[in-house]
Amino acid sequence: MTKIRCKTSKEIGGMGHSMKRKEDARFIQGKGNYVDDVKLPGMLYMDIVRSPYAYAKIKNINSEEALKVPGVVAVVTGRDLEKYNLHWMPTLMSDTQMVLPTDTVMYQAQEVAAVIATSRYAARDGKEAVMVDYEPMKPVIDAHKSLDADAPILRPDKEGKTDNHIWHWEAGDKEATDKVFNEADVVVKQDMYIPRIHVASIETCGCVANYNKVDNHLTMYMTTQAPHAIRTVIALVAGHVGLTEEKIRVISPDIGGGFGGKVPVYPGYVIAIAVSFLTGAPIKWIEDRTENLQADSFARDYHINVEMAGTKDGKIQATRFKVLADHGYTDASANPSKFPTGLFSIGTGSYDYNNAFMEADAVYTNKPPGGVAYRCSFRVTEAVHAIERITDRFAMEVGKDPAQLRMENFIKKEDFPWKSPTGWEYDSGDYHAGLKLAMDTVGYDDLRKEQLEKRAKGEWMGIGISTFTEIVGAGPSKDFDILGIKMFDSAEIRVHPTGKAIARFGTKSQGQGHETTYAQIVAEELGIPAEHIQVEEGDTDTAPYGLGTYASRSTPTAGAAAAMAARKLREKAKKIAAYLLEVSEEDLEWEPGKFFVKGAPEKVKTIQEIVFASYTNHPPGMEAGFEATHYYDPPNLTFPSGAYICVVDIDPETADIKVRRFVAIDDCGHIINPMIVQGQVHGGLTQGIAPAMYEELIYDEDGNILNGTLMDYLVPTAVESPNWETGHTITPSPHHPIGAKGVGESPTVGAPPAIANAIVDAVSHLGIKHLDIPITPFKLFKKLKEVGAIS
Amino acid sequence: MKTNVKITVNGTVYEREIEPRMLLVYFLREELHLTGTHIGCDTSSCGACTVHLDGKALKSCSMLAVQANGMSVTTIEGMANGEMHPLQKGFHEEHGLQCGFCTPGMIMTAADLLASNPNPTEHEIRESLEGNLCRCTGYHNIVKSIQHAAKEMQS
Repeated sequence: MTKIRCKTSKEIGGMGHSMKRKEDARFIQGKGNYVDDVKLPGMLYMDIVRSPYAYAKIKNINSEEALKVPGVVAVVTGRDLEKYNLHWMPTLMSDTQMVLPTDTVMYQAQEVAAVIATSRYAARDGKEAVMVDYEPMKPVIDAHKSLDADAPILRPDKEGKTDNHIWHWEAGDKEATDKVFNEADVVVKQDMYIPRIHVASIETCGCVANYNKVDNHLTMYMTTQAPHAIRTVIALVAGHVGLTEEKIRVISPDIGGGFGGKVPVYPGYVIAIAVSFLTGAPIKWIEDRTENLQADSFARDYHINVEMAGTKDGKIQATRFKVLADHGYTDASANPSKFPTGLFSIGTGSYDYNNAFMEADAVYTNKPPGGVAYRCSFRVTEAVHAIERITDRFAMEVGKDPAQLRMENFIKKEDFPWKSPTGWEYDSGDYHAGLKLAMDTVGYDDLRKEQLEKRAKGEWMGIGISTFTEIVGAGPSKDFDILGIKMFDSAEIRVHPTGKAIARFGTKSQGQGHETTYAQIVAEELGIPAEHIQVEEGDTDTAPYGLGTYASRSTPTAGAAAAMAARKLREKAKKIAAYLLEVSEEDLEWEPGKFFVKGAPEKVKTIQEIVFASYTNHPPGMEAGFEATHYYDPPNLTFPSGAYICVVDIDPETADIKVRRFVAIDDCGHIINPMIVQGQVHGGLTQGIAPAMYEELIYDEDGNILNGTLMDYLVPTAVESPNWETGHTITPSPHHPIGAKGVGESPTVGAPPAIANAIVDAVSHLGIKHLDIPITPFKLFKKLKEVGAIS
Repeated sequence: MKTNVKITVNGTVYEREIEPRMLLVYFLREELHLTGTHIGCDTSSCGACTVHLDGKALKSCSMLAVQANGMSVTTIEGMANGEMHPLQKGFHEEHGLQCGFCTPGMIMTAADLLASNPNPTEHEIRESLEGNLCRCTGYHNIVKSIQHAAKEMQS
């Protein structure tokens, strides 16, 4: 394993040190400050009436009985919001979404009316008393049927809409790719479904909207991963009623897990703002878990047909991908504007070939809107699952070991930067080293021998590989924006006279440990001990503007900004040191925490002395003080990679699946804090096993969700989760200031195909070539029965 | 109609007049402002609201406050006794938390386990955490944190 670089002492605690987390103290003592902990004088509580039907006309909403409930002060409907033109809102993908409906509901659990009351219990009582008269209609649930001629047109509100098609997207060269396919020795094809799942962060979504009528000022405490962008969105939506951007303060307090689910703007937030604006009272809305699972943004829901063409000796020559994307009733994905399929076009994978073509069509159905990440950089998980499954299918077809086939097809270390068939420039990688380390760690050759011996005895074990390339750090301003705002990110560092600092960022941690890792980056660059660097995020009144934390972008963007801002300060420090030591800048040398005169190390000024001088004795003509800001616009994305190997044992009688071992070798470039990176990988892997074996949001043909509570939606517990074995290779990003790449989502992206490949590998000798995730024992049992392997 | 309750929480006796239907978790959070106990679900599945009732771990969302009348509750805020509880230290040392939302419940459940089984195996630790969900850590370091605490409590 590559040694992790540490250039600073443990006392300074720069990059490479497993510094214990600064944020832990409050969380382990019950002193975190999550949104539901915010309590303001005069605060009212909101609860939401939701539709029992997936598709229905609203004939009448009767609030009379609700208003008689003690404590209920108001019932708000779409008709009320319509008076202020607040009944619809734009989505991040420039589609439109109802805040509250005026005449039609489009999915089960959609918001229908809001009840405002003096207590949480009274609001719930009021909600139960609202009588809604519906006229149910036959919904469109199956994405494949949404474009049928007899399917109802779900969005007649959109001018000129004559079907349920949302958009078509393409990447790559169709003609050249088709030619390779027509002439190839071997073509393998696979239909697969990457099911609709839910992030289910343990904290649900919520807010406290506090509009002050006297000052015409809104303070919005909310569970958001992107507070600055939200402030701008509120200003765009509510500017016409006088709520302009300088009058809006968004505070994102401690967040109990995000994973992409706290990027979108949900109707509940907007209703709370509207009601606070109209009443002048603070409005708290905290959704319950059932509402969270049933109505908040889903992830995935991609129907994929993937094909691979190659030679009979196992050289990959081309791939084709065709996607049907189910977006529910509106495209409320959280993608950069120009990327309706996110970064799906990374799906050509880690392999050296030149031809690929991808296309996708998105459709409306009567399901909740969304298309968020679930700990994934914009649809990368779907893409990686498709390429890693079809690579295994190809290996099986040409009769090669899947590890060997991958080794023979990998892009070589010396071929980076490498231009992918869909136009990305992979920055760096060493895929051979990663897979070799994973194979050595797991004992690959011995496992293959064991597998053969077991098969002879009728016992089933499987070994699955996934060697993925991620694409994170969105993104360069030439291509990446959200609602027109470029996807840079920012850092502002202020060092106080005594040499202690505060650093603020445009991102927002939801558990990733920014208060520690950002401090370590600044410590690395300035030599100020990380323990003396206070990191703050999440308050739009104080933090510099940024696009937030999701898609593993914080280290690639704001982390880079931290290094760049610190380097500006180091330049200033050098000038001050030269002035204090009465030498020229060229005569100075830096080592972490101090400048000294070359050849005369006793002539030295520490960073603390230099900072103090910047306030007390700064050079004539120089600006006083010691602070810097940087807005970092990345020149390229970063491309982390990984080699994962999963070993499973299958019970031949019950088809129970046990993950015996899981080895994850990640390459995220230079590592800031090994302990935190390892923790991120553990969590990401568990959110990889989840959709691979347990999680799926299931709807019946009437659009009823069948598993919309945590009783039925199977989030893995400590019992199901394996003991993860982790390791790393280090291939720094050549364009990133500290050579880091981002890691939070790699394991969630890379784990599902390793698990699926292992399970299929265990039963491939029985004629099974593919199983859709989640691969439950029951699904496997049925398949084994179908092929006659189990009675 | 309201009713009087007298509940000892973290060593202090509180008397309040509450609605009989108030859940214990809301009593702690709303009446006493002890917000370290969290709510993560509505089906008693997640365990974020775990507290101790007369020393035993219990999901405070699955019990009415009136049922705790005359009893003694310990929450995460009551775990440190002058210095941090070994479990609090263990979670910090072994990176057993990320977003921190499930952490109080995890610590309360683990404290109950260690009280009855001071030297649990990894399997026993995992089984004991079955009713506590974590979405960030993959449980790997939570298990290590509890082992860390068990070791410290035994020495």
